[in-house]
Amino acid sequence: MAEATVADAAVDPTALFEFLLRMGDNTLILGHRLSEWCGHAPALEEDIALANTALDLIGQTQLWLGLAGAVEGKGRSADDLAFLRDACEFRNLLLNERPNGDFGKTLMRQFLFDAWHHLFLNALRLSSDTRIAEIAGKASKEVSYHLERSRDLVIRLGDGTAESHGRMQGALDDLWPYTGEMFMNEASDAVLAAAGVAPEPAGLKTEWDALVGETLSEATLKEPAEGYMQKGGKRGIHTEHLGYILADMQFLQRAYPGATW
Amino acid sequence: MATLTRPSVKDIWRWLAEVPDPEIPALSVVDLGILRDVAWEGETLVVSVTPTYSGCPATSAINLDIERALNGKGIEKLRLERRLSPAWTSDWISAEGREKLKAYGIAPPVDGTAADGRLSKRIDRLTGRANLTVACPRCGSTRTEKVSQFGSTPCKASYRCSDCLEPFDYFKCI
Repeated sequence: MAEATVADAAVDPTALFEFLLRMGDNTLILGHRLSEWCGHAPALEEDIALANTALDLIGQTQLWLGLAGAVEGKGRSADDLAFLRDACEFRNLLLNERPNGDFGKTLMRQFLFDAWHHLFLNALRLSSDTRIAEIAGKASKEVSYHLERSRDLVIRLGDGTAESHGRMQGALDDLWPYTGEMFMNEASDAVLAAAGVAPEPAGLKTEWDALVGETLSEATLKEPAEGYMQKGGKRGIHTEHLGYILADMQFLQRAYPGATW
Repeated sequence: MATLTRPSVKDIWRWLAEVPDPEIPALSVVDLGILRDVAWEGETLVVSVTPTYSGCPATSAINLDIERALNGKGIEKLRLERRLSPAWTSDWISAEGREKLKAYGIAPPVDGTAADGRLSKRIDRLTGRANLTVACPRCGSTRTEKVSQFGSTPCKASYRCSDCLEPFDYFKCI
């Protein structure tokens, strides 16, 4: 499993490392956000569902960051990358570090991400790098369930009471400016696309628009007009929220270096 | 000592069939279909295990249980390998395993019904055209409803029987 394939050899390892960090940081940060709900969700079943989704995402993080560490070749493990990097070294989408807000907002954030995650993982199953294709194959099965659930709830809450509808529309309007980043190409993306490792992010926009548009219309929600889109997460320029997440998540490893249990 | 015969792969499979899954002890790790390969590499036994879900917390417990069971049978040199591909599917749960699940109170997966992310399925479901029929493991009724996509573990969903009114877990198709 550890041998590099022919395609790997041709790919710039820095571009590959950046890409793997993006994948792993997206799942790590969103997984952490969801785990904040544990014990606080509006119903027991929802509490369990959010915790289970978080668990899947953290499991996927171990695979992505584990591979990132191997590609980097400096002996860093998935744990090292998760617990010992600073905010500017994280490559997750800004969307995933947005605070949870209410249950509806958490579900809206989840849906917007799941829709992208599902499409992107499906594309990655055809990656020329078999290690990436294998992780994507595994993760996409889990993400299909995440998407089915978040979409279901967006529709039920959007097309629900006046109160739930209002909250979902508010959540959508707030989060929308953070969706553009999913489709922005970075310099390293062209390198990976040329090698058949990963598709260019911009290419997924049409499919995502269709999937999201269909769901929002069934949810009786109004898609926000085109406007300014936030960016920076993929380059390590984050909002203040990430720092608080890391302070929480990394405290133990920072305070007690090398601690195990 | 080195000339002592190694246990046969067939015997090892038989021993592993007695290792219970830590979350669903009614099933063995063999019933669950997560053991993909058992082979000797010289004097070292290599056991390939595939995770059900990538974040399943039982994975390390399963590895430990396998190690303990095989050490107990006198196998000292053992290597466990994680195999990701082909990804685990609930189709690999054995026929025997499905019966055991049912007897334990968990509805076995309905093959071919995995979520695939398409919206049309959800619309079909809303209009009653493609309702997933899960039989209650307690009374056998098919008048059941989904309570939540996720149950007590990532691999299960929560259901409720409309006839005997019992809540139960459904082992999701993946």
